[in-house]
Amino acid sequence: MKEKDTSSQKGQNRRAYNLKPIVFGCIGVMVVIGIYIISAPGKTLFNNLGPEEDITSVPEKDDFDRIENGIHLRTGLIDAPGLMETVNNCTNCHSSKLVTQNRMSAERWKATIRWMQETQNLWDLGKNEAIIIDYLVENYPQKASGRREVLSEIEWYVLEQ
Amino acid sequence: MERRKFIGRAALATISSALGTEIVFGKYLPNGYTPLGLQDPDPFSLFNKDSSMVLLNDRPWNMEAQAHLLDDKVTPNKYIFIRNNGLVPENIDVDNWTLTIDGESVDKTRTYTLKELKSKFQQHTYQLTLECGGNGRSEYNPPAKGNQWTIGAVYCAEWTGIRLRDVLEDVGIKNDAVYIGYHAADKHLSRDPNKEPISRGAPMAKALQDETLLAFQMNGKDIPLVHGYPLRLVAGGWPASVSGKWVQRISVRNKEHDGTKMQGDAYRVPCNPVAPGEKVSEEDMCIIESMPVKSLITYPKTGAMINEGNKLTIRGHAWAGELKVSKMEYSIDFGATWEECQIQNPVNRLAWQHFSAQVDFPKKGYYEIWSKATDSQGTAQPMLIPGWNPKGYLNNACQRIAIKVT
Repeated sequence: MKEKDTSSQKGQNRRAYNLKPIVFGCIGVMVVIGIYIISAPGKTLFNNLGPEEDITSVPEKDDFDRIENGIHLRTGLIDAPGLMETVNNCTNCHSSKLVTQNRMSAERWKATIRWMQETQNLWDLGKNEAIIIDYLVENYPQKASGRREVLSEIEWYVLEQ
Repeated sequence: MERRKFIGRAALATISSALGTEIVFGKYLPNGYTPLGLQDPDPFSLFNKDSSMVLLNDRPWNMEAQAHLLDDKVTPNKYIFIRNNGLVPENIDVDNWTLTIDGESVDKTRTYTLKELKSKFQQHTYQLTLECGGNGRSEYNPPAKGNQWTIGAVYCAEWTGIRLRDVLEDVGIKNDAVYIGYHAADKHLSRDPNKEPISRGAPMAKALQDETLLAFQMNGKDIPLVHGYPLRLVAGGWPASVSGKWVQRISVRNKEHDGTKMQGDAYRVPCNPVAPGEKVSEEDMCIIESMPVKSLITYPKTGAMINEGNKLTIRGHAWAGELKVSKMEYSIDFGATWEECQIQNPVNRLAWQHFSAQVDFPKKGYYEIWSKATDSQGTAQPMLIPGWNPKGYLNNACQRIAIKVT
């Protein structure tokens, strides 16, 4: 009897021990779901919980496309008419850095878009094409640099000899 | 017990070398899981680059050096520019890496394992200058399209590998062979598996040169992932895009290779000179072969202030594509007069050459030191930006550093 008891006790202990990961697992899952609800509202299962959920989704969305000092933080692009059309069509495949490095005329931007459509899987931009080209020409204008520019932005330092 | 596929040791080594650190408990990483480190948006630590390197683009990764970072005779990895057309391959399985030689002009398609390549063929080591065709693009007016490289998309590293010629001879090449073209493991930016980000090559004469290597090592170590691990074609003196990274296949063609970035205006310049901004039709564009003569003052860094009466030591490197640099000069009066520098012979063909000089300044004031190399055929670097071309290639204008004598 005694022996049996011990063994059943052991068995209980073992069961309790075996339950530990499940309990912790459940807590873990709840925490993850909790974080998910807090951080990704408006997109999920709990969408229909009520209007409170929608209120929290507003700052979230703003954060993703936040603009500070006239710059769209996520891409570094200048905030001006046509910004989001440019973000949504021109930063999917390549970085916005490739856009902002370049200075082109409307004609050459158009040719570049055609090249991307013919060879790089860029889609038809429809009405957005003109909006994007205007945005680029307006905000990233060409500057004439002549045949050789003056050396600029020199950081002077004393050379120890 | 549930079986899980864990990451292979070879792939782990790849990730570790990309991260520049050992991954503790790395063998328990599930296959296909990308460690957070590889998603790290800090490319300097990701690729073991010096923090003074300049990031031009983060998708795809493009980064360049500054002149003073290139002072070493053999450029260490931390100062080597990164130029990618597509996405760096993930999960490289070095144990099962193969190279296939195919195309219209091979006797028979043949596949070699990496191990076979390393053991079957004699290995050679050369210092080879690689410069991006678009190095200097930022100075063209009207501006040219693409990454706006300034002067830092060049380096000379020491490459170890086997001669492409030895492999091609082993395969057997037909008499009608014209060109080789590489195919590699990198992915197109759009992730379209049917598109290659880049597939360039070279005429047979270049492919068969002693110095044209299938390299395993750079500077005595496995090639860093971003520079083509585990196998890279290296063709010094030509636009660096000929030196295909992550090479898996080389096609021997009976015509000019027609892979991605071989046609249109990619790596081509107008066959005849054009006015700045002029439209050039495709049939009037010619493929760039040897890079032009050029030089870099790597010491001192621009902006140095020195005391009146002191001599200034300058040094740097000069290179001339397929040719040798025969004369090196500097000017402190905006090109009005020139003084000769001492210039060393290259360690081997296609390696850059080192120059130095002692510079005297006549009085206090602002100076620019201009460097001018002349190649073995008598062609020198221009002082102004050379002939405009639609994509802004081949800017070999003299480099200038600013000096103040106080």
